[in-house]
Amino acid sequence: MSLLGTLGGTLQVAVIVGGSPLLLGVMRQVRARMEGRRGAGVGQPWRDLRKLAGKEAITPRGTTEMFRAAPVLLVAMTLVVVVVAPFVTTDSAIPQIADLFVVVALLAHATVVLALAGIDTGTAFGGMGASRETTILALVEPTVLVAIFALSVPVGSTNLSAIVGSSLAHPAQAIAPGSLLAAVALIVVIVAETGRLPVDNPATHLELTMVHEAMVLEYAGPDLALIELGSAMRLSVYLGLLANLFLPWGIATEVGVLALLGGVVAFAVKVAVLGAVLALVEVFLAKVRLFRVPELLAGSFLLALLAVTSSYVLA
Amino acid sequence: MNVVATQLVAVGLGAAAVLGMVAVVAAVLLTRAARPAVVGVLTAAVGVAGTVAGVAAMTGQTWSVQLPGVLPLSGVLLSVDAFGGVFLAVSGAVAVAAAIYGIGYCRGGGGGGLASRGVQVATPLFVVSLLLVPAAGSVSTLLAAWELMAVTSLLLVVAEHRRRGEVASAGRWYVVMTHLGFVAILIGLLVLAAPAADDSWDAVRAAAGTLSPAVAGPVFVLCLIGFGSKAGIVPVHAWLPRAHPEAPSHVSALMSAAMVTMGIYGIVRVGIDLMGGGALWWWLLVLLLGAGSAIYGILQAVVSTDLKRLLAYSTTENMGIVLVGVGACGLFTSTGRPVLAALALTAALLHIIGHAAFKTLLFLAAGSVLHATGTRDLDELGGLRSAMPVTTAAFGLGALAASALPPGTAFVSEWVLLQALIHGLPAPGVATSIVVPMMVAAIALTAGLAVVTFVKAFGVGFLARARSTAAAQAHESPPSMLTAMALAGLGCVGVAVAPTAVLPTLGQIAGALVRSGAPVSGALSAELVGVTGVLSPVLLVVALAVGSVVVVAVPRMLVAGRARRAARLWDCGAGPLSERMQYTATSFAEPLGRVFDNVLQPVQDIDVTHHQESAYLVSSVAYRRRVPDRVERRLYQPVLAATAAWGRAGRGLATGSVHRYLGYGFYTVCALLIVLVVTR
Repeated sequence: MSLLGTLGGTLQVAVIVGGSPLLLGVMRQVRARMEGRRGAGVGQPWRDLRKLAGKEAITPRGTTEMFRAAPVLLVAMTLVVVVVAPFVTTDSAIPQIADLFVVVALLAHATVVLALAGIDTGTAFGGMGASRETTILALVEPTVLVAIFALSVPVGSTNLSAIVGSSLAHPAQAIAPGSLLAAVALIVVIVAETGRLPVDNPATHLELTMVHEAMVLEYAGPDLALIELGSAMRLSVYLGLLANLFLPWGIATEVGVLALLGGVVAFAVKVAVLGAVLALVEVFLAKVRLFRVPELLAGSFLLALLAVTSSYVLA
Repeated sequence: MNVVATQLVAVGLGAAAVLGMVAVVAAVLLTRAARPAVVGVLTAAVGVAGTVAGVAAMTGQTWSVQLPGVLPLSGVLLSVDAFGGVFLAVSGAVAVAAAIYGIGYCRGGGGGGLASRGVQVATPLFVVSLLLVPAAGSVSTLLAAWELMAVTSLLLVVAEHRRRGEVASAGRWYVVMTHLGFVAILIGLLVLAAPAADDSWDAVRAAAGTLSPAVAGPVFVLCLIGFGSKAGIVPVHAWLPRAHPEAPSHVSALMSAAMVTMGIYGIVRVGIDLMGGGALWWWLLVLLLGAGSAIYGILQAVVSTDLKRLLAYSTTENMGIVLVGVGACGLFTSTGRPVLAALALTAALLHIIGHAAFKTLLFLAAGSVLHATGTRDLDELGGLRSAMPVTTAAFGLGALAASALPPGTAFVSEWVLLQALIHGLPAPGVATSIVVPMMVAAIALTAGLAVVTFVKAFGVGFLARARSTAAAQAHESPPSMLTAMALAGLGCVGVAVAPTAVLPTLGQIAGALVRSGAPVSGALSAELVGVTGVLSPVLLVVALAVGSVVVVAVPRMLVAGRARRAARLWDCGAGPLSERMQYTATSFAEPLGRVFDNVLQPVQDIDVTHHQESAYLVSSVAYRRRVPDRVERRLYQPVLAATAAWGRAGRGLATGSVHRYLGYGFYTVCALLIVLVVTR
């Protein structure tokens, strides 16, 4: 547990917890402007969270502890990822669990907890959302692991700090065919895992198209605030991982006010730009049918597999 | 220290044998009322003795004893080395939980015939045979123990044959397949032992190098088929999803957590220990079989609505993953990378231990549900949380452990396996560099589908609202069953949080088999030796706990909390929702079933009955859907049909006339004589 890692872990919590609703605000604002609306402003997600947090907590009758624990677990698991992954500094606060497998599996576990809470409500909506979400999760998993594999083989480790450090040391790696293919595969994964278009529509409330929203339909008040915050943090975490695995420049490698400040700013800029691009692309996309999603994921799996083979063939 | 360890092995095994015999005598002599309790306690003691012996053996000293008088011709040679010790300890530990569980399960309404003399005699014998297989030190001893294990488990599988018709059918499948497997092992091991001085492992190991590759290959394949069938490996798995659900639940736990691992024991013992690695194609075959079993098993589990059948298919899946580890070990051995080979084998051994813990827990919890509701159909369960809190918690823990999510039990072993595979590239040879990424993808898909399977089993089976009156009237199980579940749960938590307590030892054992150093070290975090990689499950659990506390505490400090209020579910303003509006297990798995339609090929029929007056008015619709085991339909049905056809053709020869039968004998002898005369 180095000083740099501890400082990084603390800063990352502050930046991501404080900034992830703003990222959501930026993405909504971009979308609104592209659609010719004025938009509610970048701070609107934070205002929503404050309003929800002040409300009365509701427990639907017939639900168990699973329903009440799920929002807390969702945020806690994401929080652990926020602390250990190298977003602002290359060192990790807890290097023993800063492993790429651990991080993606923790994020998947958070989804599973929400799915169980969805089933726990005993409504058709909850079950439907849970069923769809876990189906997508299962089909995403091969792509994720093979893409990780492609990234880890040249480095010889799945440790996040090692991978980021290696990208920093060998900038040419970022434009190697293996890296590019893995990056595209991971982008599809991130779109699927964070419930963005064309896999899921975060703004919909139509039962035929809902995935994530159907699962959390029964939540209200502070519980819903936690879920909204957790989902926003997940989006920031995924975009941050994508940014730092492939374009780690600007990340702080030593202790120092300027270096840390640079790390924070670089991270914020990278994630904001990625989010804005994602929102921009979403404007031009329609949601695909649920049963077309496997085709999309199969395509991304193929890319990931090509990434592994190319890293072997060209090595 | 070492002397103490070998003495412990001797005392443990001796105590297990004596206690087992006492249990058998007690089962014969005692009255029906007292039988389950006494036999259960004695069997649990057998398990404890076996565990002690196994753990002592794992420290590295080999203990052996020759008992010439026990079996005619060859005698019995027991020899427990560190590798066998792992399986000894696993079987013993599973037996403790299963035996304690059996006290309540056999006495109560779980099965009228379970307190009978036959079942109570067979249970301790089965446990003793499970301890004898890994303790066997020679081919003949192994075969004898293997057969004892098969026969006693068969008796237990058919224990409830009077109550349900399917039990007899499951028993027939089991008896035929286990004996075909036995024949395969018998031929394989006899050919392997033929050039050796005697049939002990040491002699066979010394002589195995003299076998030509043309002989060694078929020997290995025969052993792979025979042992793989016991491990439930596709395509020789057909007995497993039949026998495991129909057996009494504590026997299912014993079979699924302990007996199937003996198949893996056999493959590793023969392929890696005795034959020392062998050719590359052996291990590519093992890898493909392992990956195929993992994916096929979990796909069948995803769409299964029978809780115990789902768990049985999950066993096939987990043994597939273990076999991937074993195959990777062989692959790295034959390509000259012993450190990675040891790492892969360590992962396989850890997965066996973890699987034993969570599969025991899951089967015991499923048995508790069966005991309380009388059904295994997930579509009729649900809402068990309030009536059965301990069972629900136990199954939830088991489901987490089985789904390879951190901080779950299976996560650590799969992480170690993936580390071995990742460091396997770049590899010499095209086959390796294609197969290794495919294995990663197969494990990933398996892990993803396992998540869906266990979300379905736990969510639909235990949460939400009861889907039938049986589930609504459920009651918690007696204390002995709950104690057993608590023990198995402790095992799960132990392997999940502190796998580092056993990982270095397992690493040493695996390293000794492939002639390398220990691939894992570290007390708090698992640090890989020779390659980079570190993981600390303890720190992960601590971090998650701290995170949860922070998430609960910080909002309370920032916002003045208002009291929680219970409210009714959102029902679109259309009145209360009924239980039948919930998602069922079938509907939950429907999207995945549709995605894998080409693989699973479900069979559905819809019968629409019309009113007599008009073809436009429907009076009733009947819808049936089932997912038959496709491998079984393609592979077994043709063989069974051909056998039946041969039988029918042969019937013409057997008319019942004794003269005719004597004539057949006469003609055969004459034909043989003619053949001899012509060929000599």
